[in-house]
Amino acid sequence: MNKPLRRVAIFCGLLVFALLLRDNWLQFVRADELNAHPKNTRVRIERYANERGNIIVDGKPITGSVDSGGNYYKYKRTYVNGPMWAPVTGYASQVYDANQIEKIEDGILTGNDDRLFFDRTLAMFTGDKKKGGDVVTTLSGAAQKAAYEGLGKNTGAVVAIEPSTGKVLALASTPSYDPASIAGSNDEKAWVALNGAKNKPMQNRALREIYPPGSVFKVVTAAAALESGKVTDINAATETPEGWKIPLSRVPMKNHSGGCANASLNEALRVSCNSVFAKLGDDVGRDKMVEMAEKFGFNAEQFTPVRSAASVYDKQADRGGNALSSIGQFNTATTPLQMAMVTAAIANDGKLMKPYMIDKLVAPNLDVIKQNDPEEMSRPVSPENAQKLQQMMENVVSKGTGAKADLNMDGVRVGGKTGTAQHGEKNAKRPYAWFISYAKTDQGSPVAVAVIVEDAEGTNREDISGGGLAAPIAKAVMKAVIKNRG
Amino acid sequence: MSVVTNTTTIGAIEAPSRRNTELALLAFAVAIPVFAYLNVGLAIDGKVPAGMAGYGLGLALLAGVAHLVVRKWAPYSDPLLLPLATLLNGMGLVLIWRLDQSPRLIATSMRLYKSFSPDAPSQMMYSAVGIAMFVGVLLLLKDHRVLQRYTYISMVVSLVLLLLPLVPGLGADVFGAKIWIRVGGFSIQPGEFAKLVLAVFFSGYLMVKRDALALASRRFMGLYLPRGRDLGPILTIWAVSLLILVFENDLGTSLLFFGMFVIMLYVATERTSWIVMGLLMAVAGAAVVGSTASHVKSRVAAWLDPFGCLETATDQNMLNACDQMTQVLMSFGSGGILGTGLGQGNSDLISFAANSDFIFATVGEELGLAGVMVFLLLYGLIVERGIRTALAARDPFGKLLAMGLSGAFALQIFVVAGGVMGLIPLTGMTMPFLAYGGSSVIANWALIGILIRISDTARRPAPAPAPSPDAEMTQVVRP
Repeated sequence: MNKPLRRVAIFCGLLVFALLLRDNWLQFVRADELNAHPKNTRVRIERYANERGNIIVDGKPITGSVDSGGNYYKYKRTYVNGPMWAPVTGYASQVYDANQIEKIEDGILTGNDDRLFFDRTLAMFTGDKKKGGDVVTTLSGAAQKAAYEGLGKNTGAVVAIEPSTGKVLALASTPSYDPASIAGSNDEKAWVALNGAKNKPMQNRALREIYPPGSVFKVVTAAAALESGKVTDINAATETPEGWKIPLSRVPMKNHSGGCANASLNEALRVSCNSVFAKLGDDVGRDKMVEMAEKFGFNAEQFTPVRSAASVYDKQADRGGNALSSIGQFNTATTPLQMAMVTAAIANDGKLMKPYMIDKLVAPNLDVIKQNDPEEMSRPVSPENAQKLQQMMENVVSKGTGAKADLNMDGVRVGGKTGTAQHGEKNAKRPYAWFISYAKTDQGSPVAVAVIVEDAEGTNREDISGGGLAAPIAKAVMKAVIKNRG
Repeated sequence: MSVVTNTTTIGAIEAPSRRNTELALLAFAVAIPVFAYLNVGLAIDGKVPAGMAGYGLGLALLAGVAHLVVRKWAPYSDPLLLPLATLLNGMGLVLIWRLDQSPRLIATSMRLYKSFSPDAPSQMMYSAVGIAMFVGVLLLLKDHRVLQRYTYISMVVSLVLLLLPLVPGLGADVFGAKIWIRVGGFSIQPGEFAKLVLAVFFSGYLMVKRDALALASRRFMGLYLPRGRDLGPILTIWAVSLLILVFENDLGTSLLFFGMFVIMLYVATERTSWIVMGLLMAVAGAAVVGSTASHVKSRVAAWLDPFGCLETATDQNMLNACDQMTQVLMSFGSGGILGTGLGQGNSDLISFAANSDFIFATVGEELGLAGVMVFLLLYGLIVERGIRTALAARDPFGKLLAMGLSGAFALQIFVVAGGVMGLIPLTGMTMPFLAYGGSSVIANWALIGILIRISDTARRPAPAPAPSPDAEMTQVVRP
């Protein structure tokens, strides 16, 4: 009987071997995949097991952590002035994962990042509790407050950038939500309500929503006209007949104001002549227009590091479409961030800095783990042409539609452009009010702003205009930044 | 065997008893769980657990008693079996105690039953009863061949045990599987005891019938097919195991019994054709039942695609099965190579049967790949010692019994560990010695006791041959 016994022994050995193999497959090969599986609550348990690091603005935390005493997730995220900062922080929920900075810098905030390995090891020996690092942002509390309060009950967004560095100073979106309301483990009601809400409070309009820019896009067309050499003297008359016909159609381009026939570039921007800019866009040609728009950042997602939607300038439009695109209609669509970038590049004498909102990452022991430095993204226009554009935009504020944005401060020049973008089928929907502007002193430009007001409650349709609704908000933000600087 | 080892009886005149080896190994088998206990306490509370001395002394006492009994009544037995079982039982206690302290499991229990009682003290008691069973086996069973007399009684007893869970009012349906009975507040898993009794029946039966089964057969397509009348009992066992599958809804138990029977049949008759036939019958039975019984079906769905079936599950039962499986898999995955360390994992996310059916997942998460492999090898060693005992046994009944018990043990390890690791569909059995449950601990200590008894008989030096009357008369003439 010993021969079959030995064979059975080998069989039993094979059974154990199969188990060993399977275990290696499970715990070695598939370990990472299982560990990071979205259904694996360990990721979230770990995220909230220790006090989470904070997101810092102006040296003060805008987030916090409280011990919620739960069996699953120990600490719960809290927010200081949550609705105002939600477009910056995003949320960190015990149930619904996290987004934006809370998600992108999760490793630092929880303390699990590889760069914090040394701190963790040290804490193990000193017996300290594991702690998360902090994320220091570039934002300015005063500017954010001005933006958020300026938007008030309106639906809209504000983005402010420091043109010389690309630092994001304000990033507001309304209506907003309080991330604290969905941070806990029993917040299903709030979560469902927020996701189902008609006014989409969780939508980050500053980064993720693309709007037809309307007239504010004319700044880009002006830049293209100057760069391509179609216009050299901004005060020279252009050959544009009143009622210029859109190519490939018989429809004449309508202007909303008089005095556009053969108007100079400077004058056309001041009174916002559709015909002049449509014709210029047509003269420059689609490919050159696309090139200019893309140099400003169109047709690409931006990473601040929070991802923004890609703004659109149609690359396949026919001549008629291109002419309409040049005045910010047709398929042209942009995020508020994109328009702030355009403004910032012009204010910074033609140099576009990459926008970013995380200044540095700090370890629990206050060592700087990573410092983000300003980075040049592109040079869409030459310094000379940038100055011409500034001259024209300042004209808009001092003598044109953007008068409400003027700061009236000594030594501070303000340039801007209004936009009232019609949209919807037959332009039937309530138009968007746009305003872009920058402030400039002798030391350079401290701030560039883009404001959009989607829907102003209680405003007559006829009264919706960039200059009227959006310009005062831009003014408040610029004022806050300049005041804050001293 | 060509190599003379300590377990062979041939050649060694003064075979060392190896009791001191056993004692030294037992010291480790007690020290390691005590160290693990300390580890859990430090990890959870940050201080030396209060119960450590009691736990250590209790385990040492049980091991000491077992050792002394073996030293006195089975001095030549295998030195590894007792330490291995003690180590596994000790570690099982530590793991159960660790899960007792999980606030999540306490909260779940409070929510469902309005009360929570720690399982570790009961398991300690069951372990003591298990050791008592072990001692009882060694004291009462002076020679394992006595069991041969009870062949047919064993058959009846095992059938009764297997069918008990089906008796209305006695059997309990625990989440679909009907492998439990409830008697006076205690839950008993008769299958664990049936395993032992069935092995006795198979050994006795096959020892008598092996020649008929092996020789009286016709050759067909290269296989030896037995005569119809010899086939009867085999078909009966097959039918019974299918019945278990259908009515008790447990794939593991039926696989275990049928597998054990096929192994013993093969060993007894030395005919490969039995294995082929056994495999075919097992596959046919499993395929038919697996596609009809809903409980088995949900287990199979959870096995094939645990994460996918969370979305596609058709009923609550299947959803639970899939959810358990994903939790178990993620628990293993989160352990990685070295594990999180005892007391620091989240295996309590498996909120159902975390300390019984799924206790191996806690090993996986907290001790990692390294720990799981150690445990698998410990189990493998028990099986190996059992088969070695079968090889060394001098009588065919002992050989078959030792083989049957070790084979069943190996199959059980495979079915349970393979089930929780997703190698095969999950079944309702538990890891011997590790998992919480009185029946399992007690039955497996009895199993170790029987193996030790057989190995003692096998390794006992042969009695000195009677002096030959011729010897004295022979004169050796030296030059």
